[in-house]
Amino acid sequence: MLSSLSLILLCQLIGEAVVRGLGLPLPGPVLGLLLLLILLLARDRFVLLARGPLRNEGVEMASKGLLAHLSLLFVPAGVGVVQKLDLLASHGIAIVLVLALSVVATLLATVLTFRLVSRLLRQQDAR
Amino acid sequence: MTDNPFSLWVYLSQSPLLWLTVTLLVYASTDAVSLATRRHPLANPVLHAMWIIGAFLLLTGTSYTTYFAGAQFVHFLLGPATVALAVPLYENRTRVVASIVPMLVALVAGSVTAVVSVVLLAELAGLPRDVVLSLAPKSVTAGVAMGISESLHADPSLTAVSVILTGIMGAIIVTPLMNRTGVTDFRARGFAAGLAAHGIGTARAFQVDEIAGVFSGIAMSLNALVTSFLVPLAVTLLVR
Repeated sequence: MLSSLSLILLCQLIGEAVVRGLGLPLPGPVLGLLLLLILLLARDRFVLLARGPLRNEGVEMASKGLLAHLSLLFVPAGVGVVQKLDLLASHGIAIVLVLALSVVATLLATVLTFRLVSRLLRQQDAR
Repeated sequence: MTDNPFSLWVYLSQSPLLWLTVTLLVYASTDAVSLATRRHPLANPVLHAMWIIGAFLLLTGTSYTTYFAGAQFVHFLLGPATVALAVPLYENRTRVVASIVPMLVALVAGSVTAVVSVVLLAELAGLPRDVVLSLAPKSVTAGVAMGISESLHADPSLTAVSVILTGIMGAIIVTPLMNRTGVTDFRARGFAAGLAAHGIGTARAFQVDEIAGVFSGIAMSLNALVTSFLVPLAVTLLVR
């Protein structure tokens, strides 16, 4: 468990360091995600890597533990709304409407594109 | 022994322990209510934890900075949780590779819609420039969005609030909206939830269907990647 958490933190740390060092327009944890994915894929290919947290589902279990209460992690940032009460009093309705319309547009654009493309592919396969 | 209960409160209310405990306890109760209502969309645990804790802070006259000194331990985990998304991605790689084409096209369509629609609507609503910039990355997970906001010299704390509001609204609306469109493919439904409403949408998707949850997590991480590049571009092109 400890080594698995360390590995996750290490991936994030390397991600942050590379992003800062090279000035990439990308968040550190996203690079960390790619790094961990590459490590997991590499482990399947090279037996040498299958040790410590990369063995016996170590890092897998730790990650699932972290993701099990994903929505909890948003609570502290969400409570930050108390700092923005004056802004919400002046622009709150506009902000909420803008966000609501945008989220509906995004949901529809994504789901309809996904379905359209997978249908087109299936038709192509059928031919 | 403290001489009066008030000085005990003064001591505790300044300590991280109290606010970390409050965060976990309130979330545990709102999550239990959500479970008891069989995950009704309106019983969203984040939404209710947010206003209960917020009201508590206002009533006790506690500043957000004091609260955050305790809650930061939870907030910190957003970064490692983003890294941890590599695992569902890895475990479902064959299924992901099989739907790679519809996913990538939907990713592009969705990310562009998310950023462009919020910037245009915000400008149309006549919101100030710094608010428009702070809202732009609202569809990606909080840690990433705040980073984007920082790099634009916008207001990361307003970005965080808009990210959470977007996530909650997306999580509430996704099931009724998708039922209305008649889409029954849970890969597509989950992918849309994660793309539009990041981790809160993903948490919702996992409640509805396992496959939806997996695709939602993938959409969330891919969107974090795409939006980091897209927002600076869209802001240069669209914001006056």
